[in-house]
Amino acid sequence: MKGVRHYPGFLGIAVACLVVLYAPLVVVTIYSFNDSPSITTWGGFSWRWYADVFTGPEAERFGAAAWNSVTIAVLAATASTAIAVAAALAMIRGGRFRGKSATYALINLPLLVPEIVTAVATLIFFSAIGLTTGYLTILIAHITFCIPFAYLPIAARLSGIEEVYEQAARDLYATRAQAFRLVLLPLLMPGVISGYLLAFIISLDDFIITNFVKGAGMETLPTAIFGSVKQGIKPNIMAISTLMLAVSVLFVSLSYLVNRIGQKTRA
Amino acid sequence: MSTAIDISSVVKRYGTATALHGVSMEIRDNEFFTLLGPSGCGKTTLLRCIAGFEDVTGGEIRLFGRNIAALEPNQRPVNTVFQQYALFPHMSVIDNVAFGLKMKGVALAERRAVAGRMLEMVHLSDFADRMPAQLSGGQQQRVALARALAPAPKVLLLDEPLSALDLKLRQAMRVELKTLQEQTGITFVFVTHDQEEALTMSDRIAVMSQGRVQQIGTARDIYESPHNRFVADFIGETNLIEVDVTAVSGGMADVVLPGGHRLRCPAETTATGRHHLSIRPERLSLTGTGELTGTVERVVYLGTDLQLLARLADGTPFTVRLQNSARTQVPEAGATVGLHLEEGAARLLAD
Ligand SMILES: Nc1ncnc2c1ncn2[C@@H]1O[C@H](COP(=O)(O)OP(=O)(O)OP(=O)(O)O)[C@@H](O)[C@H]1O
Ligand SMILES: [Mg+2]
Repeated sequence: MKGVRHYPGFLGIAVACLVVLYAPLVVVTIYSFNDSPSITTWGGFSWRWYADVFTGPEAERFGAAAWNSVTIAVLAATASTAIAVAAALAMIRGGRFRGKSATYALINLPLLVPEIVTAVATLIFFSAIGLTTGYLTILIAHITFCIPFAYLPIAARLSGIEEVYEQAARDLYATRAQAFRLVLLPLLMPGVISGYLLAFIISLDDFIITNFVKGAGMETLPTAIFGSVKQGIKPNIMAISTLMLAVSVLFVSLSYLVNRIGQKTRA
Repeated sequence: MSTAIDISSVVKRYGTATALHGVSMEIRDNEFFTLLGPSGCGKTTLLRCIAGFEDVTGGEIRLFGRNIAALEPNQRPVNTVFQQYALFPHMSVIDNVAFGLKMKGVALAERRAVAGRMLEMVHLSDFADRMPAQLSGGQQQRVALARALAPAPKVLLLDEPLSALDLKLRQAMRVELKTLQEQTGITFVFVTHDQEEALTMSDRIAVMSQGRVQQIGTARDIYESPHNRFVADFIGETNLIEVDVTAVSGGMADVVLPGGHRLRCPAETTATGRHHLSIRPERLSLTGTGELTGTVERVVYLGTDLQLLARLADGTPFTVRLQNSARTQVPEAGATVGLHLEEGAARLLAD
């Protein structure tokens, strides 16, 4: 069979896609090092906008927002990963139980529902139960939509681990908990780390849902950036965006690498 | 001798499929006991019921007199050598071997010492710090054995542990396993579908087929006195010849062979009518006129032996084994030969 590469027009379409996807990112990254305050004309290389992010007039606002973003991402990734591990165990090791298909759909629903719908629904839910919007509501929302992202790599890894390892542990006098902690969890680790990193970055980058449930005066980095942009795009926004891009790329690469290493040590 | 495992009328169903149809057997203490049968007959299922990975649907398993139905796998004094070995890939060889002792709360120094001794026993002392992935199949198999023996279980379950090894290693491991069993005095329950393996290693063998026990006995019992057609056919080579049974009494039957010759032989059935006679190929010899007469179709040279493929007048195929010596007169293909049945060579089988 011919490889996809040999079809006519493959190269052209591929290049067009890459340009459309990545050109804006490249422009933003380059102009974040622009010495000129203009966002369209190049005035030489400089770190000044990076300095501005950390020391400029908006530094305090960005600092507080970054702190919220990171703490929420850590907590949300931790909680959603823990839930995802439990869910994967139930789905893959739990045998057959009633409502299994429904459970599977429920776990992955956030991937399918348009984010704006989730955002509106979540806000309505919080106001219906009388929960004041703020840090806590953001956290709860993030945990919820991070679960499927944590679940996928964990479930993929778990279905590749034969049950015989846990049985061997149980046979050698390990309790259920010991078999999980000493044998299954270490084997599952690449999936867990990969899922954690994905959940972390999804939480860190989220804008739409966060914007709906954050409440007044509460900002995460994406909402803070959006707030700044509304007053006009300044080069410091490009610097902070580039920083976020770097963190995202780093985490996604890490997640990928961990998965690859995990495949080599396949149980 | 006392009973190690008492299995009575064990039934195991998976949904509508039945893997074990009321299996009963008594496995004695210090015994090398083998479950032998073709693929899918329920050997692994029975082993998993003993180890505690499956609940029985019916019946009872007693371990040294104690009903183990309510015990979790970690509460049963039974260890398993898994068919896929299942060494923990993230632990070194020595940590794998020491795992059971660690779970039993044995102190570090002692469990290292015991694990070291176990590795010595399976000739792998130099490999203690390797990871399982760095071992050959045969070495992994021996680590799995050492790991299962380290906590000194009362019973060791082995699920086709030699099937992944090449012939030479398999033959060497048979001897090692047998020696190990005799040294440790641990009851071995060994699963295999290889009859040669079963015959050479076991004190007793349970032949299984389709979730049922067909016969239990020593290698000699099941080879020389097969109970039914399945056992006679599955163990070794045999000639199954359909005969008319005219009378049965006291475990002996009067039968009429094809060709009209009458014979009295041991019987596994009490019914008259059409039944099968089993005659091992090496218990037949050539004569001018014998109890049976047939036509030679082919002679196969096997080195130490010659195999004669022939047919009776009614078309029933049969085989004769002759020792390959200078004195052996080898008939040509197409020749008509008479066959003599040695004393006690024929056995009337249950269906
Ligand atoms: N989890 C299961 N669900 C449904 N059927 C099963 C299950 N495990 C085993 N069986 C069925 O039970 C029967 C016995 O299986 P078992 O694994 O005990 O065979 P075996 O004698 O060990 O065969 P082999 O020599 O191939 O390992 C088979 O027909 C098999 O399909
Ligand atoms: Mg099996």
